Amino acid sequence: MSGVARPTRALPQGPLRLALSRGALFEPTLDLLDRIEVDTRELRGESRSLIFETGELVVVTMRPSDVPTYVEAGAADLGITGKDVLMEQADRVFYELLDLGYGGCRMVLAGPAGDDRLEEHARRLGVLRIATKYPRIAERFFEDTGRRAEVIEVKGSVELAPVSGLADAIVDLVDTGRTLRDNGLVVREEIVHSTARLIGNRVAHNLRAKEIDELSARLRAEAGA
Amino acid sequence: MTHPIPPGTRDILPDEMRELRALQARLAEVFERFSYGEVATPTVEYDDVLARSGPAGAPAAHRFFDERGELLAMRADSTVPIARLVANRFATAEPPLRFFYNARAFRAVRPQRGQMGEFIQAGIELIGADAPAGTVEVIEVLSAALDAAGLGRAVIGLGDAALYRQLLEELGVDAEARAKLLEILAARDLVGLEMELDSLELSRPERDLLRRIPALRGGAEVLDEARGLGGEAVAKALERLAGTYEGLAERGIAERVALDLGLLRDLGYYTGAILEVYDPALGHILGGGGRYDELMGCFGRPLPAVGFALYLERVHVAQAEEERLAEGQRT
Repeated sequence: MSGVARPTRALPQGPLRLALSRGALFEPTLDLLDRIEVDTRELRGESRSLIFETGELVVVTMRPSDVPTYVEAGAADLGITGKDVLMEQADRVFYELLDLGYGGCRMVLAGPAGDDRLEEHARRLGVLRIATKYPRIAERFFEDTGRRAEVIEVKGSVELAPVSGLADAIVDLVDTGRTLRDNGLVVREEIVHSTARLIGNRVAHNLRAKEIDELSARLRAEAGA
Repeated sequence: MTHPIPPGTRDILPDEMRELRALQARLAEVFERFSYGEVATPTVEYDDVLARSGPAGAPAAHRFFDERGELLAMRADSTVPIARLVANRFATAEPPLRFFYNARAFRAVRPQRGQMGEFIQAGIELIGADAPAGTVEVIEVLSAALDAAGLGRAVIGLGDAALYRQLLEELGVDAEARAKLLEILAARDLVGLEMELDSLELSRPERDLLRRIPALRGGAEVLDEARGLGGEAVAKALERLAGTYEGLAERGIAERVALDLGLLRDLGYYTGAILEVYDPALGHILGGGGRYDELMGCFGRPLPAVGFALYLERVHVAQAEEERLAEGQRT
């Protein structure tokens, strides 16, 4: 207590901290940052470092599903990750600020081609067995559409599940659809179209409102272009 | 061998306990200086009595039967029990009534999220004092409490729980869409809000108004910006906010209050002003509160009321962080 500084009433200082997903969204995100004139050269380099100072921003890089964790805790003020990740972690507290438009992919329900197991099981057994890496999205989808599903969480190649008989169908992200085709699966229903989103920490959203709005407006202008 | 304790609970050891006690004493001193008297309510109450606050109250995490088969619940906050206490014990007392508490509360937690299922709240309730004077008094006490805790940099977010709902009503948005929009806004999903607004039959200026209002935050300039956007519901909410803000300015504490027209709290019993407490050293809120002018009526003593609660453990963490930052700056 004795070490606490006297009231300064100063707002937080220093650059905003931005959490970025390494992975499919990394390149298009750096391209977008280039367009709003953030220096991304170091980020594009060979460095094994996970934290970069661009002058205007401090950028921390991580796997996509960690971005909401860092932003919720305030370890980053802002973050960019996919809508699929945000939906899977819907109980976390953060502001969803902006749809950046890129990184588009579909979350779908897919089952074996030319096979009516899905319909048959729904009719005769009243329940579908669904394998997925996104158990919360899958559960919510079936709940919202009034059906019962037994959701089985798998960590690796989810396409294996219907082929091997673990599940009747899968809920997964599709980009080109090639992996589905190669494993004899077809899209049955589309759940959501996912794109990259800008999210913000609850405290920073208020305390750093001006800076966040300003950066968000620049991103919006370029992302829409 | 370790003997497990339930998720969300923890033991407090002497070093931490000493500091928590010191912090509680400082806060109690502030509350007493402003003429608030301490009360304690039972940890468990009848579930149906707490539920009289309506579905808007925080859900009880633990319910169980007593030896006579009555359903009991552990309190999820102190506001609802104090509303009950006032109706029972101060049924004819002349308002305003001023109470403070230092009490544990219990909520459900999700595993592995670092959430606390049992935590200590230090807060006040001012019952029978209308807006804006009552709201101003409570914010003044809150500001003094933050100073006493050594959190001179902490900021109080101030919003209006009724603003967006009334705005939607005024623009003729139907009840179903209204509920959906409020739910999206409460989830802080501004992208979803924009998409939902695009799907409604609204004129362009109306849509812009609904999109821009929740994004307005900052100092007194927010009131002018919002005024420029127009609308009767906005004007009414601004009148409420401006009244509070002027009172705060007179007391010299407006500078630590940041307006946020998009603020909604998780608990539904708030009716007018709503508060959240932020410290730059911490990513989580330190506490919150606001006006709940209809809650007392649920217990048969209709009186306007306002209060706040600080999460004691988080205030303690913020203290430690501020201390660490101050030391870092010195070296």
